[in-house]
Amino acid sequence: MRELFQRFGGWLASFFLILVAIWLVGMVLAPNLMTLDYALRPNLPPARIGGPEDSYSLANFAYLANEAVHRTIFFKTVWASALVTLTTFVVCYPIAFWMAQRATRAQLSIALMALIVPFFVNEVLRTLGWYIILAYRGPLNAVLLGLGIIERPVRWQGDLGVLAGMVYAYILFMLLPIYNAIESLEKAQIEAARDLGAPVWRIHWRVVIPHAKAGIATGCVFTFMLAAGSYVAPALLGSPGSRWFTEIIYNWFFEGGDWNRGAAYALVLLALCLLVVLVTLRIFRVNLADVAK
Amino acid sequence: MSGADRIFRALFVFYLAGFAFYLFAPLVIMSAASFNESRFPTVIPWQGTTLDWFRAMWADRAMWEALWTSAVVAFFVVVISIPAGTAAALVLTTLHARARSFAYALMVSPLLTPGVVIGIATLILWRQVGVGGGLLLIVIAQASFIICYVMLMVVARLQRFDRTQEEAALGLGASRFMVFRRVLLPFLRPALLASAGLAVLQSFENYNTTLFVRGFETPLTVFIATKVRTGLTPAVNALALIMIAVTVIGAVAYELARRRRLRDNRAADLPH
Repeated sequence: MRELFQRFGGWLASFFLILVAIWLVGMVLAPNLMTLDYALRPNLPPARIGGPEDSYSLANFAYLANEAVHRTIFFKTVWASALVTLTTFVVCYPIAFWMAQRATRAQLSIALMALIVPFFVNEVLRTLGWYIILAYRGPLNAVLLGLGIIERPVRWQGDLGVLAGMVYAYILFMLLPIYNAIESLEKAQIEAARDLGAPVWRIHWRVVIPHAKAGIATGCVFTFMLAAGSYVAPALLGSPGSRWFTEIIYNWFFEGGDWNRGAAYALVLLALCLLVVLVTLRIFRVNLADVAK
Repeated sequence: MSGADRIFRALFVFYLAGFAFYLFAPLVIMSAASFNESRFPTVIPWQGTTLDWFRAMWADRAMWEALWTSAVVAFFVVVISIPAGTAAALVLTTLHARARSFAYALMVSPLLTPGVVIGIATLILWRQVGVGGGLLLIVIAQASFIICYVMLMVVARLQRFDRTQEEAALGLGASRFMVFRRVLLPFLRPALLASAGLAVLQSFENYNTTLFVRGFETPLTVFIATKVRTGLTPAVNALALIMIAVTVIGAVAYELARRRRLRDNRAADLPH
């Protein structure tokens, strides 16, 4: 702190500190604390706020625990997000390995461009693309029917549609960290393993993956968090049977009219994400500073 | 090359092709659908080629209003997050060990918070002072996490800053403010420009956070998502195609500029 004042002088240093305080206190901490306050209070009409009933309790959290439908949707969101993360990893790993170790300079340059360009396109638009492909009378069904693979059109909207759209949406968040991690692996290490007779799968399992674990952890953390907090893909590609926890939260705010319960649900989602982040970082022994790059 | 290797390689090429297809099929099909006469956006069956949907999109006043809303939001998000993000980066880099890692964790926490939670928390806090969803809250909620990106980009740039330049300027009699303005700021310029670009993009494309704090405003992403649910016509695809074209041109230009800069830096790093 003293260094800040020495370096920039009183006025400028104070200005910086005020800006940072407004951000961290006013825009990050205060909103979350107020959400917690909301989550712990009952939903009351304005006249009774501050009255005897307005006391702290865990009732809103207990409601989620006891309401079977919401609880099911919550756990489904958790495991579906884990499935999205795993699928994205499986899809991305070979490409990341190829880009980092095998591709020539020109191939790498094209691959990076081809990956980055779609991800500059808005998430809503990318999801719209899938909406059109997966439509009942859409191209996917038409092609599969034409090839004789299916006999009647399939309703893709629902779990499968959400999975396809989400994996698509988060490829880059998984691929780039893994690519960066594998890139720093010496080619000689892979060759040494091969010369010593290791089969391909063992080279990956014992050499490449351990080396890339920080990148893998980063990719997984981000993908899981984005998937669990996603709203667009389930809203556009889902069906009533594939509701996502974020949709339940939305309903509390804009249809159910119970912000207190909505706040509790939102905090449960936040706690889930933080838990997954911390546990993953601990398991992979990765530092937070390596994650947010 | 052994037979197994060859099969493996063929399989991989096949996989690569499939991956490329997965990556581009949605964008290509969505774009192509904007030229199809069909009322529902699709490519099969092709009912004739037309530019009518572009005309329909152009004539849609609600679309222009949504675009304007998004532009206003993005402008103010940049105005807030560039100074705040830069200040955060400078404060962070002058802190020591423990305080620094604590501040860092706090500063990146919005990136690890689901977008919907950011929106909800902002909405709830401002309700206390009687401010409901609308432009102000969209800007505040978006800025609260976009500042992180600016902070990270400025920190990355600061790591290559040579402090002796500041000392030299001070030694030559410049005031501390002058040193900041004439030495540090020009050095940070590329990072600030890049983060401004990123901030605009993030702001324009944000949906999750915006959805909760929008009030009665309809930014572009909300406009598109609403259309999908209430009456999707290929006019939305026409808009999508234009947005894709703009972002692709922007992304390619950015990537080329970045590579040129990398090359220049590498040339400059050669032995002096």
